[in-house]
Amino acid sequence: MSTQTSGLAIETAGLVKTFGETRAVDGVDLAVPAGTVYGVLGPNGAGKTTTVKMLATLLRPDGGEAHVFGHDIVREADAVRGRVSLTGQYASVDEDLTGTENLVLLGRLLGHGKSAARVRAARLLEAFGLTEAAGKQVKHYSGGMRRRIDIAASILNTPDLLFLDEPTTGLDPRSRNQVWDIVRAVVAQGTTVLLTTQYLDEADQLASRIAVIDHGRVIAEGTKGELKASVGAGSVHLRLRDPDQRPLAADLLRRVLDAQVQDESDPVALTARLGTAASHDTAAEQAARALGELARAGVTVDNFSLGQPSLDEVFLALTGHDTHAPGSGRSHDPKDEVAA
Amino acid sequence: MSTATTTESTELAPVSADSLAELLVSEERPPRPSAWSASMTFGWRAVLKIKHVPEQLFDVTAFPIMMVLMYTYLFGGALAGSPKEYIQFLLPGVLVMSVVMITMYTGVSVNTDIEKGVFDRFRTLPIWRPSTMVGYLLGDALRYTIASVVILTVGMVLGYRPDGGVAGVLVGIALLVAFAFAFSWIWTMFGLMLRTEKSVMGVSMMVIFPLTFLSNVFVDPRTMPGWLQAFVNNSPVTHLASAVRGVMAGDWPADEIAWSLGWAGLFVLVFGPITMRLYNRK
Repeated sequence: MSTQTSGLAIETAGLVKTFGETRAVDGVDLAVPAGTVYGVLGPNGAGKTTTVKMLATLLRPDGGEAHVFGHDIVREADAVRGRVSLTGQYASVDEDLTGTENLVLLGRLLGHGKSAARVRAARLLEAFGLTEAAGKQVKHYSGGMRRRIDIAASILNTPDLLFLDEPTTGLDPRSRNQVWDIVRAVVAQGTTVLLTTQYLDEADQLASRIAVIDHGRVIAEGTKGELKASVGAGSVHLRLRDPDQRPLAADLLRRVLDAQVQDESDPVALTARLGTAASHDTAAEQAARALGELARAGVTVDNFSLGQPSLDEVFLALTGHDTHAPGSGRSHDPKDEVAA
Repeated sequence: MSTATTTESTELAPVSADSLAELLVSEERPPRPSAWSASMTFGWRAVLKIKHVPEQLFDVTAFPIMMVLMYTYLFGGALAGSPKEYIQFLLPGVLVMSVVMITMYTGVSVNTDIEKGVFDRFRTLPIWRPSTMVGYLLGDALRYTIASVVILTVGMVLGYRPDGGVAGVLVGIALLVAFAFAFSWIWTMFGLMLRTEKSVMGVSMMVIFPLTFLSNVFVDPRTMPGWLQAFVNNSPVTHLASAVRGVMAGDWPADEIAWSLGWAGLFVLVFGPITMRLYNRK
């Protein structure tokens, strides 16, 4: 069951999927090393889910090819199915059944005997902290519980490759952290994880390599370090005590940091986006210098934070348009902003 | 339900990393289940759904009772002199009609399931592909059996006496359930093909009403115009109604039984592959 052979869990070349006029996936090339978490980062409608569905044998590609552990996803779909599991954006379990019934059902379908399936279901429910809810119908579960039962269903037989399609979209921060812990535990046991997400921090927390995808194409790929370096050092977020001082502060930051400064909708807040090329200093050093200058100028800073580049910033840097630019044809999704 | 999300998840027991790691240590995977075992497991799912949502049995209990009562007293006096005599002819027909009619709910349940994520999970499992569909139909076979028992019971109360005895009744029900199972592949096809539940219902009605009413369920086709007789005499529902009527009366009409089973086989051979093609393409 181990995956030492070629070292690649997924390999795709020019993968294409069209829905009518739309090229949802438009020539995607991926090479996912086995035993790692690979992040696929992109906004709603970028083609992430469509790509995952093709790799999980749910959709037939219209062009290009893909191999999962060396098996062709179209011609050897059954062999692929034997080694992968998919946790979709929406709970991929039967909402009318209880937690236990769902896991026993899937256990039986994976070839376990009746009692083996029951034992495994009970142990999984316990490990996922769902023992109390085991007898309740899944439709009565909270968002966090659904995600857990869903992941539990995906690892009934430890898969060689686990697809997690936006596993934390719609979860509160606490549940999100718990999902991250589960993902880490799964990878620690040698399973390869392909994670799609809209959130850069999620990819940052979990993935070792990241592909950024937009309009069905991979627009950047690399390790976390490589990607961030290409995007910029990050952003400085400030909240001032006195809104009247904001123009002064913005002016100062522009000069000291040679950064793009942006007023936020909150009248006391502003954000400075740090560049990479202009300075050899680290983001922290630049920020410290800026704070010193602000203090000297008599600007009172209430709150200060040094943030990673947000997904919006990654997009701006990589594509020249932000994730919900008017021309991009996507609906405005408030979730992006929560994350950013 | 969604408003409870935050409060509930904060009370959630923590994930136990140790026991999780223990579970993940790759054990030898069990061999894949056989086609039969996978189908039976999906059938078990259908039974569990009946257990959790018993309201769905309404259509196999109340609806058939209504049909028997309505047609016996509506047509009985006019067509056969009295309801008591008419029911000897009518009951097996109404039995056939009701069960064939409730097969159309198969399409609706397939269609509503597709909308949910669980369908994607089933489709990524390394199992015999048709087992998901066969599972629906096995669950439905149970519903057809329940409906048959309900109708027969009501019929007996109203005075129906099957001369074929217990054996005739059992064979009649078995024949009907087998036919309904085969016929349902039409609905799995529509369930996968059509976009909404409403359109599935609409198309089902268009098929089922002419097919069941244009048969010998209510009256002897000899009073019908020639062109209609040609259709009615060759309709699968007519053959099935004649076969069930005959078997329950103790006549054992071999040709009608053969015709019914032949039609059943034809339905599976034609609509089974179309269903599976749609299922794989979805």
